[in-house]
Amino acid sequence: MSDDAIRWMKYSSPRNFYFLAGRLVPWFGWAAVLFAAIGLYIGFFVAPADYQQGDSYRIMFIHVPAAWMSMFLYLLLAGYALINVVWRIKMADVMARSLAPTGAMFTFLALWTGALWGKPTWGTYWVWDARLTSELILLFLYLGYIGLHNAIDDRERAARAASLLAMVGAVNVPIIYFSVQWWNTLHQGASITVTGAPTMAWSMFSALIAMALASWMYSIAVVLIRAQAETLKRERFAAWVSEVVGDDGSPTTSRIRN
Amino acid sequence: MASILWTLLKRDLSLVMRRRQDIVTAVAFLVIVVTLFPLAVSPEQSVLREIAPGVVWVAALLATLLTLERLFGDDYRDGTLEQLLLLPAPLTLVVLVKLAAHWLVTGLPLVLVSPLLGMQLGLAAGEIGILFITLLLGTPILTLVGAIGAALTLGVRGGGALVVVLMVPLYVPVLILGAGAVATVTDGAGLQAHLSLLGALLALALPLAPWAAAAALRISVQ
Repeated sequence: MSDDAIRWMKYSSPRNFYFLAGRLVPWFGWAAVLFAAIGLYIGFFVAPADYQQGDSYRIMFIHVPAAWMSMFLYLLLAGYALINVVWRIKMADVMARSLAPTGAMFTFLALWTGALWGKPTWGTYWVWDARLTSELILLFLYLGYIGLHNAIDDRERAARAASLLAMVGAVNVPIIYFSVQWWNTLHQGASITVTGAPTMAWSMFSALIAMALASWMYSIAVVLIRAQAETLKRERFAAWVSEVVGDDGSPTTSRIRN
Repeated sequence: MASILWTLLKRDLSLVMRRRQDIVTAVAFLVIVVTLFPLAVSPEQSVLREIAPGVVWVAALLATLLTLERLFGDDYRDGTLEQLLLLPAPLTLVVLVKLAAHWLVTGLPLVLVSPLLGMQLGLAAGEIGILFITLLLGTPILTLVGAIGAALTLGVRGGGALVVVLMVPLYVPVLILGAGAVATVTDGAGLQAHLSLLGALLALALPLAPWAAAAALRISVQ
């Protein structure tokens, strides 16, 4: 048990992490392409048109995985923030920081595709539905985290401050979610619920699962690439970095303190 | 330890009393923002009455955000904050006392002026009373939660705008419950649930927010 733990801790060293990530990225990247191809094929050609919504429902194959990812990634971000605050593991902050733009992108994607789906289905791009509103607030939480991390020059302070903010945000997410839901039901009563839709055909479900897997693989690949770049930047004075990028590489020649 | 905290409370209050500008600015901001709404929307009594709770609440929320900078800002710049961190009292309590002083001079005036604004917007007496109570319960939460953002953005470039981005998502539940409570009176629905939940949020924020703000201060002042 303890041997296993030590073996895993090895990857919290920036150097080991960099090379492990480099080996993993192609696997996850190609898996994302594969799952997306399967999911899009089933979604566009195999799954039948919905008897109520026609073809417009197909946007759900992007929308639902994006919405799932937006929430999972925030939880993951808060988890890494906790690790960073409690154990002061530098790489946890690298991971948290690398997750944030992808999470924000998926949140935006969920809102955007939701609006595009809402127009033909509900007749409007935007309603103040509880889900939509809490998703929008989630986007603000992501932007706050990114903004705070970028605004502080001192790297150690930025990491700890942004981590604390992410944790405070995570504590607040359920409160925000329930208050928004309550506000909405009080004012207008839920007009359309996703749970009220007829049960899904098997082909629709498998396309959805394939797209969700593709989103996961894409997120992992992109986050690892971003984390690799961040590692190189932070460790630019380390010997192994000059071996990786070469002596004429820009990370070593531009010696600007961040 | 109690004497330390008492001295700190008196110090913070007397500092503000010698420069009343800060209190006046927050209240003036609230009154001016609320005055803009009839000009922008409509002077129609029924319309104003409909939007009144939301307008007063949003304006009070923004006024609170405006004052957050002075919560730790002056102490940070002149080095007092570092001394406060070294006090032989728990930092969480020190922060709580500072927040109490801050709320007394910036939050409470907002609450006290709210009945006037309610009348201005044509609310009935009962609604004004509820507006007063929700602000009395809600503005302390805004100050408590805002302290975390204020502590995190100490001495940061563009901290003033940043604190708005950081804090507004966390203020959403308070705003919903506070403004919603007044609307229930207008609609004749039950009021107790809103007030209970607002009280619950206050009870939750009272121990947790100063603790988180203290952690944030330790990060910002190293």
